[in-house]
Amino acid sequence: MTPARTFPRRSRTLRGQESRAGLVLISPTLVITLVVVIVPMAWAIMLAFQDARLINIRYTGLLGNYTLGNFAYVLSEPGFWGSLATTLVYTVAGTALSIGGGLAAALALRSGFRGRTLVRASILLPYVAPVVAATFVWEVMLDPRYGIANVLGTRLLGWDDPVAFLTQAEGTFLGVDVPLALLTVIAFEAWRYFPFAFLFILARLQALPRDLDEAALVDGATPVQRFAHVTLPQLGRVIALLAVLRFVFTFNKFDDVYLLTGGAAGTEVVSVRVYNLLTARGDIGASAAQALVLAVVLVVFLTIYLRFFAKEGP
Amino acid sequence: MSTAPARRWTRDRVERAVLGVLRWVVIAVLVVATAFPFYYMVMLSLRDIQDLILRPGALLPSEITIGTYREVLASEESGGQGFLTFIRNSALIAIAAVVLTLAIAIPGAYAVARLRFFGRRQVHFLFLAVYLFPAIVLAIPLFVLFTMMGLRGSLVGLVLVYISQTIPVTAYMLRNYFETVPAGVEEAAAIDGCGRLATVWRVTLPLSKPALMATGLYVFMIAWNEFLFALLFLVERREKWTVSLGLSQLAGSIEIPTTVLMAGSVVLTLPIVILFFAGERLLTEGLTAGAEKG
Repeated sequence: MTPARTFPRRSRTLRGQESRAGLVLISPTLVITLVVVIVPMAWAIMLAFQDARLINIRYTGLLGNYTLGNFAYVLSEPGFWGSLATTLVYTVAGTALSIGGGLAAALALRSGFRGRTLVRASILLPYVAPVVAATFVWEVMLDPRYGIANVLGTRLLGWDDPVAFLTQAEGTFLGVDVPLALLTVIAFEAWRYFPFAFLFILARLQALPRDLDEAALVDGATPVQRFAHVTLPQLGRVIALLAVLRFVFTFNKFDDVYLLTGGAAGTEVVSVRVYNLLTARGDIGASAAQALVLAVVLVVFLTIYLRFFAKEGP
Repeated sequence: MSTAPARRWTRDRVERAVLGVLRWVVIAVLVVATAFPFYYMVMLSLRDIQDLILRPGALLPSEITIGTYREVLASEESGGQGFLTFIRNSALIAIAAVVLTLAIAIPGAYAVARLRFFGRRQVHFLFLAVYLFPAIVLAIPLFVLFTMMGLRGSLVGLVLVYISQTIPVTAYMLRNYFETVPAGVEEAAAIDGCGRLATVWRVTLPLSKPALMATGLYVFMIAWNEFLFALLFLVERREKWTVSLGLSQLAGSIEIPTTVLMAGSVVLTLPIVILFFAGERLLTEGLTAGAEKG
């Protein structure tokens, strides 16, 4: 260490030296976050209040000409509220199914058996594989002409016609009308992200103290009783954490829906709408306004959720 | 336990029997649901398109061909799809992202773990905000900015975005690990005459090798798999496409046989799956660290 008195002007105390070293070391992280995240974020907010299009962006100054026009336009467009509702259904269902699937998988794999490592590896595949490859395989599997799902469905399950899972907005299942493409996209979401919940829940399960479970066993509790009254309450916090994480990620999700359906057939979630506004119409202001509405709705939901859980939680 | 003499159907015995069966049903369903699509991917990639059209329900190829792989990898001039170029682009981007992210995140994480400075506690909120913020919101200004700066179509811009997207998690994981390195070891090095940087380089980093590998793998996977920003920045220039972008762009075309694109999917998926399972223990421990505590 350099003795403090060599540079009396720069470092008077060890504490001061430490503080400055800390700032120096953290600054590259801060600078890149500032340049690539914070500044663009601020700019996105400004663009949402400006009449900015891809063709005139060079002449759109940073100051002046602020307007609420984008928001009025975006909110009054016929598809907007439907798209928000689609996003919500997609998010809530995707979150619930992926956590439910993860919980089932974690319980099934809790205790060891031969080949558990292989089963575990298999379960992690959907989460690890690149999203483009996973969506492409699903598209081919569900293809109405030669996809394996329709071949099996028409040959073995007696479907009258092949089902266009990804391009048909409405379908009937057991005589009930269902939003077919939306359900398919939700199924994909659950399939791809249940391993994430599985990893978290399994880690928590394996760290649970044995004694509570054993005490319940001695008291004569059945497996279901022990799960409901001993194990599940101890998983409450990890499941709440997963619910927040998955809700946020799914709400903002773009790749999966865009790659599967392109937002067609009743699956246009808000982030896909933002993308279409930006690239197809080149309307930067409207797409920024739309994205901002998405972020605000997310914050509102998170606040409600955290309020609710702050009361319930320990 | 039912060591009692009776062999009666108590609630406990029924539940045990049902759950015992149910457990294997769940395991079987999970394995089929997760492994089958990937089996299907590999199986189709080894078939000829004619074979697929004639026998769409077949679960085994009638004869195995690797012509699909030859076609997907070969350059466009020689009649292929040019995936070899895409692989090179993806690898370049991913490796650059790993090296730069670690170079930036290591000092940052070390500072947060060890040094007391103004704003140390607030840094977490910044990371959390970046992590949870919708990528699509960020995509708009970056798209405009990179268009104006002429960075669209360059791999440099993409690497910058990947660094900023992975730094929060990387710094968080590294900080957690650095905190487990006993401060005493570093102090000993300092007493032996090491400066701060030398201490980090010679003591802390060698002790943190598992965490460095885990975070490096994480960044590599994110960069290799990423789609949205690659789409926004590179779509107009085919020679700059990543594997993910290439596959997604070609997937819509009718001229390219599905089986050839399946070979492309395998090429895209295999490196990541191999890397993940090579470093799996490290990665999942890093991801779920803290979950054990509830």
